[in-house]
Amino acid sequence: MKLRFATVWLAGCSGCHMSFFDLDEWLIELAELVDVVFSPVASDIKTYPQDVDVCLVEGGVANADNLELLLQVRARTRLLVSFGDCAITANVPGMRNRLDGAEPVLRRGYLELADGSGQLPHAPGLVPELLERVLPLHEVVPVDHYLPGCPPSAARIRAFLEPMLQGELPVMEGAAMIRFG
Amino acid sequence: MSVRTLTIDGHAVAMATGTTLLAAAREVWVPIPTLCHLEGLSPVAACRLCLVEIEGNGKLQPACLTPVAEGMVVHTDTPRLQDYRRTVIEMLFTEGNHVCAICVANGHCELQDRAVEVGMDHSRLPYRHPDRPVDLSHPHFGLDHNRCILCTRCVRVCDEVEGAHVWDVGWRGEHCRIIAGLNEPWGAVDACTDCGKCVQVCPTGALFDKADTSGEKHTDHGWLGALVRARARGQQTR
Repeated sequence: MKLRFATVWLAGCSGCHMSFFDLDEWLIELAELVDVVFSPVASDIKTYPQDVDVCLVEGGVANADNLELLLQVRARTRLLVSFGDCAITANVPGMRNRLDGAEPVLRRGYLELADGSGQLPHAPGLVPELLERVLPLHEVVPVDHYLPGCPPSAARIRAFLEPMLQGELPVMEGAAMIRFG
Repeated sequence: MSVRTLTIDGHAVAMATGTTLLAAAREVWVPIPTLCHLEGLSPVAACRLCLVEIEGNGKLQPACLTPVAEGMVVHTDTPRLQDYRRTVIEMLFTEGNHVCAICVANGHCELQDRAVEVGMDHSRLPYRHPDRPVDLSHPHFGLDHNRCILCTRCVRVCDEVEGAHVWDVGWRGEHCRIIAGLNEPWGAVDACTDCGKCVQVCPTGALFDKADTSGEKHTDHGWLGALVRARARGQQTR
């Protein structure tokens, strides 16, 4: 039976997903081996399904939507992979944490740096509320594997996925596999 | 010259009195990770990466500062040391703001290198995200405290090699940071000769050339050992 495979995009730039596309023709081989059951770049399904085998999660946890989706992913996924530096360290999205809270961040971005017509975004149910701090995934839920890089290169993603698809653990050591940045 | 005989990870070693364990280990190709140590500068044991176990001694000792002794049995790579070293690196990453992707030193950073060596694929400690300043007052160079790991190489090279002593360490604990002059903007310190040695010895992107953007800072430390050796032999010219 094919593995049920998903990718998720939280607070990140989508660069990890772009790097995933850099797998080029190997994506065709991957498509033979897995069912893509949820992905912002490879599926139109809008709700995260049950019984997912492997999910690559890009990005940190920055807002209420990120948090809700991550909790769903954790509850419905066998192997959750922190995909890229934002998921593992909070990285660039986490740079707002030094402002110490959501309100100062919004004030800075939407009022102080505005050209005079600034206003705080407020649309409950439409625009997700910012969390006080951007967190790496493993500070919110248990994470099974870590795939660092900003972004992880296509070669690194492939070297990670190939053993996983065979039911083996990838060897995460050395600069080719775990160097940040 | 008297000699001391000892064992490092099972290798029998004979070294001149006064040799450090770090130098002795490197002599027999036993790698011990370091960050604050740099050939040509005095050792300070600030980073604690080079801690080793010595049989009969309950305390871990920094290899960069501990001299060889007769009959010593030294272990440099036990599971306990491996765990401590990874924890030290995780503490350095989480204490400051090390955003590798946008750093001048990305790809050429000794902290990144050490993280790979200790097998850090994530931090088991929470990120603190402190609010730290950046000093861009010097005409050529910048100091980003977010990326500083307080190894004090800049302090030592400026004092011991350049002889200007621009840098010092101010405050304590989480507020501890490198200061220029009497805690002045770097560009306001007359003692600075603009030589750039501090930038060259910085293991991360904390000290950088303003002309460099992300990933563009390349450093080579070979010149420092050469300069110090030449001075010791009276070979320098003016």
